Amino acid sequence: MNLMMLLEMAVSGFGDRVAVRSGAEQLTYQQLFDAAGAAAAELEASRCENAALLDVNSLAVPIGLFASAWAGRPFVPLNYRLADAEIEALAARIAPSFLVAAPERAGALAELPGTTVVARETFLRRVLGAPGREPSWPMDADAIAILLFTSGTTGAPKAAVIRHKHLVSYIFGSVEFGAAGEDEAALVSVPPYHIAGMAAITSSIYAGRRIVQLPGFSAEAWIETARRERITHAFVVPTMLGRIVDALAAQSDTGLPHLRALSYGGGKMPLPVIERAMELWPSTDFTNAYGLTETSSTIAVLGPEDHRAAAASDDPAIRRRLTSVGRPLPSVEVEIRGPAGGRLGPDRHGEVCVRGEQVSGEYLGTKSTLDREGWFPTRDGGFVDADGYLFLDGRIDDVIVRGGENMSPGEIEDVLLEHEAVADCAVVGIPDEQWGEAVAAAIVLGPGRYATVEDLQQWVRDRLRSSRTPQRIEFRDELPYNETGKLLRRRVKAELSGEIP
Amino acid sequence: MARLKTGTRLKSAVCNTQVMVVAAPDADVDCSCGGHPMIDAAATAPEGLSISPEAAKGTMLGKRYVDADGKLELLCIKAGAGSLAAGGVALVLKEAKPLPSSD
Repeated sequence: MNLMMLLEMAVSGFGDRVAVRSGAEQLTYQQLFDAAGAAAAELEASRCENAALLDVNSLAVPIGLFASAWAGRPFVPLNYRLADAEIEALAARIAPSFLVAAPERAGALAELPGTTVVARETFLRRVLGAPGREPSWPMDADAIAILLFTSGTTGAPKAAVIRHKHLVSYIFGSVEFGAAGEDEAALVSVPPYHIAGMAAITSSIYAGRRIVQLPGFSAEAWIETARRERITHAFVVPTMLGRIVDALAAQSDTGLPHLRALSYGGGKMPLPVIERAMELWPSTDFTNAYGLTETSSTIAVLGPEDHRAAAASDDPAIRRRLTSVGRPLPSVEVEIRGPAGGRLGPDRHGEVCVRGEQVSGEYLGTKSTLDREGWFPTRDGGFVDADGYLFLDGRIDDVIVRGGENMSPGEIEDVLLEHEAVADCAVVGIPDEQWGEAVAAAIVLGPGRYATVEDLQQWVRDRLRSSRTPQRIEFRDELPYNETGKLLRRRVKAELSGEIP
Repeated sequence: MARLKTGTRLKSAVCNTQVMVVAAPDADVDCSCGGHPMIDAAATAPEGLSISPEAAKGTMLGKRYVDADGKLELLCIKAGAGSLAAGGVALVLKEAKPLPSSD
C-alpha cells in the first residue's frame, strides 16, 4: 500500500479534472501526478531521509505529500508558527532532510545542518511542467507516510507516526472513490501540519473533489473565497466557525449559497456557535468529525440528519446530541474503559479507546501505545449513550479531583453553556488547601448578555451536585485558543490559580 | 487456494484488473478474474491465457466487489475487461453507503 495508489486511481478515473487550486494557479490530477514524480526525483537525488515542509497551504503541499510517498520518504509538515530556533531543533531530529520553506523563512534557515533548504517558488519552478515519469514507488504498507510533531506543551514535541496502511485504510474506509460531482470544491483552511490538513488532501483527491487552498485563515478571506470559488464543502475548527458566523452576521448578505456540507472538529464546538450556524445556513449539511492525529483523522461522525433531528427535538436526550461527536465509522470500533481497564456499558464515563486499521497510536522512537488487542487509549474521557452516540468529557489529564471526587470539566461546561448569557466557558481545577482541588470557571458572556457570579453558581447547583459548583468564576472577553481551535486549558488554569495575571 | 490478507494486491492474469483486499474471510479463497486465477500484483502473468466469455463483464475503477456473505471484499484499483469471482462464484458490486464528508 502506498498513498500514491490514491492519486494514481484519481488520474485514471478523472485525470483532466482540476485537483487543486491555489490563488490563480491550479493543477489537474495528471499535472499533480507528474509534478509529484519530478519532485520525487529531487528527493531521491538529495539523499534525504525525510521530506519536510515549513509553509502555509500552497501547491507545494499536495506535491510534497505525494512526492514523499513516491520516493519512499516520510513527509514532515512543520508548524510555521515556530521560531527559527525551534525549527532548528526539529530539523536536527529529521536530518538528513529536504525542506521546502516559505520564501521569507528559506534564507534564515539555509545553513541548517543536514538539511537541503529550497524556497517554495524555486521548488515549484523545478517540478511544475516536468515530463511524466514511469510510476514506480515502494509498496511497503508499513513505511511511514507522515510524521506530525505534537505541540509539545508537556515537554519536547513527540513525532506521531502515520504509516501508509493507516492513511490508506482511513480513506478506503470513509470515502467513496470518485463520488464528487464535477462542480464540487472543498475549501482547505486548516494548516498542513494538522492531521485534518493531510486528511483533507487525501480525501478530496480520492473523492475527485477539487481542493481550493486558503494560505492563511481569516473569516473575511474564507467567506470571500467560499463565494468566489463556489465552495460546496469545507472543514473548519470551532474557532474558525465562530469567527465566520460573527463576520457574516455583520454583513447584509449572510448567505453561502453553494455551501452544501460543512464539517467541523479539532476541538469542542460551543453549542451557541453551531446553533447560530445552522440558523444562518439551514440548507447546509453539518457534520461533526472526531479524531486524533494518532488515529489518522476521523473516527466518529455526527451527520447532517443527526444535527437536524437534535436541533428540532424537545426531548433532552435527542437534543443533547448536538454536543455529541456522533457514532464510530463502520471501519473502527470504540469502547469506553474504566480506570481498571474493564469495558463500561452505556452512559458510564471512562476513557475512550479505539481500534481499527487506521489507528496508529505510535510515536517515533518509542514503542506503540496500542495494547495487545490493538486498542488505542485516546486519553479522552467520555461516554456512549444507549443509542451508540459518543460524548466527550475532555482530556482525562484535565479531570478535576476535589476531595477524592473525580469530575470532568466538560460536564460542568455543558451546563454553563446552557445558560442564556454564557457564550463560551472553560472549567479547570485550581489548587485548594481544603479539597486538594477546587472548581473554577472562566466565562465569556454573549453580546449584550448579563449574569452575576452568584447567578451562574446557582445555575450549576440546581443542575449538578453542589460539589461541582465553581467556587471561583471570572469573566473574560475571550478564551485562549491555539490557531487550530484547541483551548489552551493550561493557561486558563494558570490564570485562575493566580499563577499568571 | 490461499489465505488472503487485507492490504494484499492481486492482479488479473488476463486483463488490466488489479484489486486490493479490503476484507477477507478466515479461510482459503481462490479469487479469479476473467475466468483465471488472480496472481500477486508483482508476479508475471502466464502466457497464452485469454478471458473466458462467461467472465467478461469487466471491473470498474474504485468499486468494491463482495461475495454472498460479505466476508470477502475487493476494491478495484485498476479497471479491466474480466470479471471477478471467488471459488467460481461471481462477486457482486457492493452498494456504496456514503458517509458524510468529514474532512
